[in-house]
Amino acid sequence: MFEWFGKVSFCPSTKVDAFAQHLKDGRIMGSRCKGCGRISYPPVADCPKCLSGDFEWMEMSGRGTVMTLTKISAAPAGFEDEAPFVIGVADLEETGRCLAWFGKTIPEEEIRIGMPVQVVPRIFEDIPEIKVYYTLEKPGTTWTKGSSA
Amino acid sequence: MRRVGVVGVGHGKFGNRSDASVQELAFEAYRAAVKDAKISPEEIDASVIGSVPEYMKQRSLSGVVQEYLGLNPRPVWLTEVACASGSAAIRTAWMAIRSGLHDVVAVVGCQKMTDLSTPEILALMGRVGEVQWESVFGTTFPGYYAMFAQRHMHEFGTTREQLAAVAVKNHYYGARNPNALFRKEITVAKALASEPVASPLLVYDCCANADGAACVILATEEKAKKMRSDVVWLDGVGAATASMSVLRRPELTGLPSASEAARQAYAMAGTTAKDVDVAEVHDCFTIAEVMAYEDLGFCGKGEGGRFAADRQSWIGGSTPVNLDGGLKSKGHPIGATGVSMAYEIVRQLRGECGERQVPNAAVGLTHNVGGIGQYCFVHLFRRD
Ligand SMILES: [Zn+2]
Repeated sequence: MFEWFGKVSFCPSTKVDAFAQHLKDGRIMGSRCKGCGRISYPPVADCPKCLSGDFEWMEMSGRGTVMTLTKISAAPAGFEDEAPFVIGVADLEETGRCLAWFGKTIPEEEIRIGMPVQVVPRIFEDIPEIKVYYTLEKPGTTWTKGSSA
Repeated sequence: MRRVGVVGVGHGKFGNRSDASVQELAFEAYRAAVKDAKISPEEIDASVIGSVPEYMKQRSLSGVVQEYLGLNPRPVWLTEVACASGSAAIRTAWMAIRSGLHDVVAVVGCQKMTDLSTPEILALMGRVGEVQWESVFGTTFPGYYAMFAQRHMHEFGTTREQLAAVAVKNHYYGARNPNALFRKEITVAKALASEPVASPLLVYDCCANADGAACVILATEEKAKKMRSDVVWLDGVGAATASMSVLRRPELTGLPSASEAARQAYAMAGTTAKDVDVAEVHDCFTIAEVMAYEDLGFCGKGEGGRFAADRQSWIGGSTPVNLDGGLKSKGHPIGATGVSMAYEIVRQLRGECGERQVPNAAVGLTHNVGGIGQYCFVHLFRRD
């Protein structure tokens, strides 16, 4: 089901494909290695530290801080309709980072490195098949089924 | 330990080469290198091809090049690490010679980039990060370097004007390089007035895709000394990697693979950054050259922007960089770029660069980055 993740999917098969189901249900999930307890975001099935292939899901708060960003004007194939769009990388509270578009709760002129953000699950409403993603929003923004960015 | 020497170098014209196939481009550079070495093709034991086949229609590239060069039945192999493929090819040729397996090895970097449309290339290059978690948001290659630039500006106060200064320098020297794609000087004002690509990067912060080829011929110390008196020695080779994903990089103001590769190369050659008389660095974007100054130790961390604006990387500055115009002005046929860098450094150390010549250059460095620093190769060249 990982082909659900992203408007254009480049990675339909993965051992962490339940991530997409969780996202559809409104949860941002990381992984915890059952061997050594290492937590990862984005989630990974395998642990390069203890070599365990056994992991469990861990819900993330989605709270983070903008680490860097860019406004993309020259879009790649498949994203021409979205351009220009602003991409941010957020350092997450628990661990790891998340790369995503900024959502509508943050006006473009207010976007700054260091600002707090909330990672919010999203569904592409205008695409017939199931397509999920997430956006960086103002802290406190919550996910409601059927809401669009 | 036996040294490895460069005995011949050759370079073709970079640009939109819709007049030639990839093997024909390879041949231009190869012929020039064999002539420069004044050897016969029979003396070549093996060849290594640096190229990235995914941009080209021709599959199994090394076979078609080896046949066209007339080098069958001698062995050939391909090295691929994105934009660093050319330097990886030089590294494996160096290994083959140092191991004693081969005495004389031709390294050919060759690439066609114009087989594909610009959006196709943008999409392909945008997948330089991790496709599972990043490309789904429409990331592009300039977009990644833009995020490094944004962070560098945030932490160190690097300015748009300082980034433009890199482009101005590289166009100044590229205008004086007959092999370059763009042979036109630009001004800071012109660079700053160009179209946005991925903020803060504008069109003039980005190198252009190009077709092209370059070739270097390496030989054992014994053979090299017999072949010519002005051998340039490849005395230090360094290579390192960093995470595929920007989500797993500790910081985004430099490339950890570059500083580690540089450390290895300096140590092997017994040199330091201060000894480098001339350098070729991977300026796929202006910010990449600024970070290279810092990662290679030409200036301190965070000082790269000022280093550019103060003209420290021009001839007469503390470390002249990219006197062939760099990727910015020369064009970037990704598999050929690393070999093209070696070509320029060898000619600088032989004193053959005319108005672009650094007086009495004795130590030269190449810094070739793959992707967004997932791979980096640093090579140190020296003449006796
Ligand atoms: Zn583990």
